Amino acid sequence: MPDTDIRHRRAVVLTTGLVVIAAALAGAALLSLAVGARDVPFGTVLHALVNPDPNSTNDLIVTESRLPRTIVGLLAGAAFGLAGGVIQGVTRNPLADPGILGVNAGAGLFIVVAISFFGITSLTGYVWFGFLGAAVTSVLVYTIGSIGRGGATPVKLALAGAAVTAALISFTTAVLITDVDAYDQFRFWQVGSLAGRGTDIAVQSVPFLIAGALLAFYSARALNALALGDDVATSFGQNVLVARLVAAGAVVLLCGTATSMAGPLVFIGLVVPHIARSITGPDHRWLLPYSMLLAPLLLLIADVIGRVVARPGEVQVGIVTAIIGAPIFVALARREKLAEL
Amino acid sequence: MVEATRRRETGRARTVAVALFVAVIAMYALTLSYGEFQISLPDVVRSLFGLPTPAGVDYIMHDLRLPRASVSALAGLAFGLSGALFQQLLRNPLASPDVIGVSQGATTAGIVTVLLLGLDGGVAAAAGLAGAVLTALTIYALSWRKGVGGYRFILVGIGIGTVLTSITSYILTRSDVKIAAEAMIWLTGSVNGRTWPQIVPLAVALVILVPLALILGRTLTGMQLGDDLATAFGVRVQWSRFLLLIIAVCLAGMATSAAGPIAFVAFMSGPIAARLVGGGRPVLVQAALVGALLVLVSDFIGSHLLGSRQFPVGVVTGVIGAPYLLWLLATANRSGRGG
Repeated sequence: MPDTDIRHRRAVVLTTGLVVIAAALAGAALLSLAVGARDVPFGTVLHALVNPDPNSTNDLIVTESRLPRTIVGLLAGAAFGLAGGVIQGVTRNPLADPGILGVNAGAGLFIVVAISFFGITSLTGYVWFGFLGAAVTSVLVYTIGSIGRGGATPVKLALAGAAVTAALISFTTAVLITDVDAYDQFRFWQVGSLAGRGTDIAVQSVPFLIAGALLAFYSARALNALALGDDVATSFGQNVLVARLVAAGAVVLLCGTATSMAGPLVFIGLVVPHIARSITGPDHRWLLPYSMLLAPLLLLIADVIGRVVARPGEVQVGIVTAIIGAPIFVALARREKLAEL
Repeated sequence: MVEATRRRETGRARTVAVALFVAVIAMYALTLSYGEFQISLPDVVRSLFGLPTPAGVDYIMHDLRLPRASVSALAGLAFGLSGALFQQLLRNPLASPDVIGVSQGATTAGIVTVLLLGLDGGVAAAAGLAGAVLTALTIYALSWRKGVGGYRFILVGIGIGTVLTSITSYILTRSDVKIAAEAMIWLTGSVNGRTWPQIVPLAVALVILVPLALILGRTLTGMQLGDDLATAFGVRVQWSRFLLLIIAVCLAGMATSAAGPIAFVAFMSGPIAARLVGGGRPVLVQAALVGALLVLVSDFIGSHLLGSRQFPVGVVTGVIGAPYLLWLLATANRSGRGG
């Protein structure tokens, strides 16, 4: 059977691709451990990971500051990439992204409420509020954006997201104006950064991320069916509503957790699935793993760039991803057949 | 029959405009007279005309309340007109300058001039205007593809706006927290503590731009029919659209420089005016007046009716605007006008 033969060869090629990306990711992680205001030689990095010397400044920088930061980057990146792949599939919308859809602003408002009204000052404390805010906003924006003719079209979703973002920011400001201390904390979260995030944040978020990833991979086949349109999917025996709910659950878990960890990183979840799609084609069983590995690769590289361009200070990773991502967003928006994915 | 209907609609549009104008004047007068230090209306008028008044009245009038009321009314007019122009040019009730990135351009330019370069007053106003125009031109150029389609313009604008917002956030993290907190109040939109050098440029811009917008705006009815029909009627569509867009952008930029990007005024004014007038016709004058009224009323609420604390006007318009916005999104989508 030549057909199975081709499919088999394709699987081999794509698996090899995944391995290559994973290797690149390991390289990027090493780079993220070594590069910064004070560069640490690669040999020292490896030594510090295996057998840290508490009296060496270099070792301390690697283990205390750069290792947590890199882990958060890996986790948040994987979550944003995976969420982006799912959200674009389930909305059949090439411009779907947690930043554009207002999910970040929702997390932001809830975090401000946590800081200001409940006096929560630790990141581990307000992570949960960000999570809830992201969930509430995703549901709100998607519901509003999908009312009416044609369902959730790119323009309707983007407008609903932009408008809801503006509304949420007003509420956020109303709270922050009365509370300078809360504002001081918030402005550093708002910009999107991996710096200063401890390992405890990463550990706390892992269960949520695993749950989200499982739901995402579980819905891969259903997303392939949904891509053919609701009617065809139904005729294939797919329960469209259940498939959408499972996928939405994955998005909320992944985006909410990642946004709370790293702040509102725009465009990562948007750009990466498009790169992945150009390699894998539309099959979500390949597209999702590719997105999951490519996004942290991009995020870690962006973070390293941010540390290098403004030495001895640094540019937060959120700015770097915004500047890398915007041209790609514009190019996508210019495409003729926007609604088709 | 058709003639009679049209006359009735024109009559209603005129009545609404007059009623709104009266309401704006009343609110303006109330802003001047009401406060911790009450000034009677006769004293307000006497002070305006430079006649003798009780001690302290002149100071409060000329240094505090007159600038505040004036910048509210002027910025409101500019935002309202700008929003209505955008919404009609792009044929989408949700596409106002504050949603699609133009106001963010003015904001980022303003923040850069004030926080990074340490300049203010006239320079900041010019920077805000330049930022808005530059942003709009960028969006226009990037969405050009054998003409500028409304949807492309909106999407590209949202993308550009997102980048500008993150640049603004970045600059805020690099400043002292006190300065950043003050900047945040301007970022919300505030008419508190404005001075004449900030207000006069806006007034001059309005005197030039409003008549231009109203004259060019006559072609809007043609454009609403869609590019093909409008071209057939002899409207040089892209050119008129471009000029009107530039006027709308300048209005938004000037208003943002003077009062900050007051949330949702540009967004709400057009749809509110359209509902008051009815008939689906362009309502530029009415939208401008609704804008002025919104800012005056919201500032009055923010400074007098929310307990001991004063809130900037942008917080009030944001909180009033949000539910209206959600409702508008839902109905616009249901009727198929949202895209």
